[in-house]
Amino acid sequence: MAEFLITAAGFILAMVALGLVRILRGPADADRMMSAQLLGTGGIAALLLLGAGTRMPSLVDAALTLALLAAFAAVAFVNSAGRG
Amino acid sequence: MSVALALDAGLALLVLCVAVWTIGAGPTFAAVVGFVAFGLLLALVWVRLAAVDVALTEAAIGSGVTGAVLIAAAARLRLTEAPSAAERPSATLRLAAVVLCVLVFAGLAGLVLYPANPAPTLAPAAAVHLPELDVGNAVTAVLLAYRSVDTLLEKVVLLLALVGVWSLAPDRFWGGAPGILRPARTDGALVLLGRLLPPIGIVVGVYILWVGAIAPGGAFQAGAILAAMWLLVMIAGLRDPPEIGHRWVRLLLVAGPAVFLAVGLAGFALPGGFLSYPAGHAKPLIIAIEAVLTLSIAVILGLLVAGPPERERRR
Amino acid sequence: MRVLLDIAMVLAVSAGAFFFLAGTVGLLRFPDSLTRLHALTKADNLGLGLVVLGLLPQADGYLAALKLVAVWLLAQLAGATVSQMIARTMRRGGQRA
Repeated sequence: MAEFLITAAGFILAMVALGLVRILRGPADADRMMSAQLLGTGGIAALLLLGAGTRMPSLVDAALTLALLAAFAAVAFVNSAGRG
Repeated sequence: MSVALALDAGLALLVLCVAVWTIGAGPTFAAVVGFVAFGLLLALVWVRLAAVDVALTEAAIGSGVTGAVLIAAAARLRLTEAPSAAERPSATLRLAAVVLCVLVFAGLAGLVLYPANPAPTLAPAAAVHLPELDVGNAVTAVLLAYRSVDTLLEKVVLLLALVGVWSLAPDRFWGGAPGILRPARTDGALVLLGRLLPPIGIVVGVYILWVGAIAPGGAFQAGAILAAMWLLVMIAGLRDPPEIGHRWVRLLLVAGPAVFLAVGLAGFALPGGFLSYPAGHAKPLIIAIEAVLTLSIAVILGLLVAGPPERERRR
Repeated sequence: MRVLLDIAMVLAVSAGAFFFLAGTVGLLRFPDSLTRLHALTKADNLGLGLVVLGLLPQADGYLAALKLVAVWLLAQLAGATVSQMIARTMRRGGQRA
């Protein structure tokens, strides 16, 4: 069961990696603004799965922090890109 | 190859690729986005290394608050982007950079691949005294009991950094308010976020501070979360940045290090050493110090991102 | 009972991972920024919801399960609002190469 959860976490991270390739390459700033959201959602899923798989309940707190800070980073990106 | 090993290898490769891309990215905005992505992925690496406190700090400060500082800096540097993109460093400079990087890499690789055997560690000695302190998290014990001088000095360094940022303003603006961070047009979604997220963020921040005594967390991470929420409120336009000459701003900035210092100096009188805690009172003192420290850190980090004052002080 | 819960967890987490895959495929294949944003927000958040649903049975007690749901709700709130902001910036012509 733990192996399955860790595999799922790895799979989601692979999806995030693929998404990052596309987003960071994107020719406009508009595409790159999305990276905070991609990493936020994917990172939270990976952290929750790793927390359950490796028996580390503190990772849920890390996921909480990541959710807040990813939202904040996205706001900072949008603020800067929309202003220029 | 076990699943965990494959995960770690993939994560390491991903972090490397994002780092290389960030260095080579052209526009400054793209590079900052890459840096924030790198920071968030690095937090995952710290999690895999079982250092969740560091992971929390990396996510909160390393990519969140630092990303905001870099974005603000990139916005200020917009006019210099074209000239700096046209610069080409000389071949000798590039060669020197490559040699330096290879040397650093070789040094680090040597340290990791051929550690001293048995590896020197103070972890058992640190864990011995945890019950006396009544603190369950060894990291908090190290930060606020064993090596509290370092933590105190770090907070003073943060304050000095803030004063350094303030000193970038012209003399006549000293004591005024930092420039408004608001977007060009009011955005309903942003105002909604600025109203809904900060209360949740404050609860999470206080929770992270409280749980830091027995589980990963602590003052620094909690302060960064609170700072991010305060910055969100300011960016959404719901509150103006405060004038840095205001008394309460100055008070909040200094309160954390001051309380820390006061407890430290009181240590001379009671148990007999700077920053020693009287027996049995360690945990309440640690919690009191951390609580005030969190407020100070939040205000310091928020003002660091807000930048130097850009208006005169209203008398 | 234990086996049933395990099966439910595997199914839910697999479905969640599938939606993450769908979101990434959308990211890679859709023609312009707005559609890519749509794929990212909708599919990834649904995937996260399914993952949380799958992890609920194995949480230690009601409080831990509540925390998981809280994380998901927070991610929903942040994701929905932020995607609106990004979309508005894109539509207002924030596109600069």
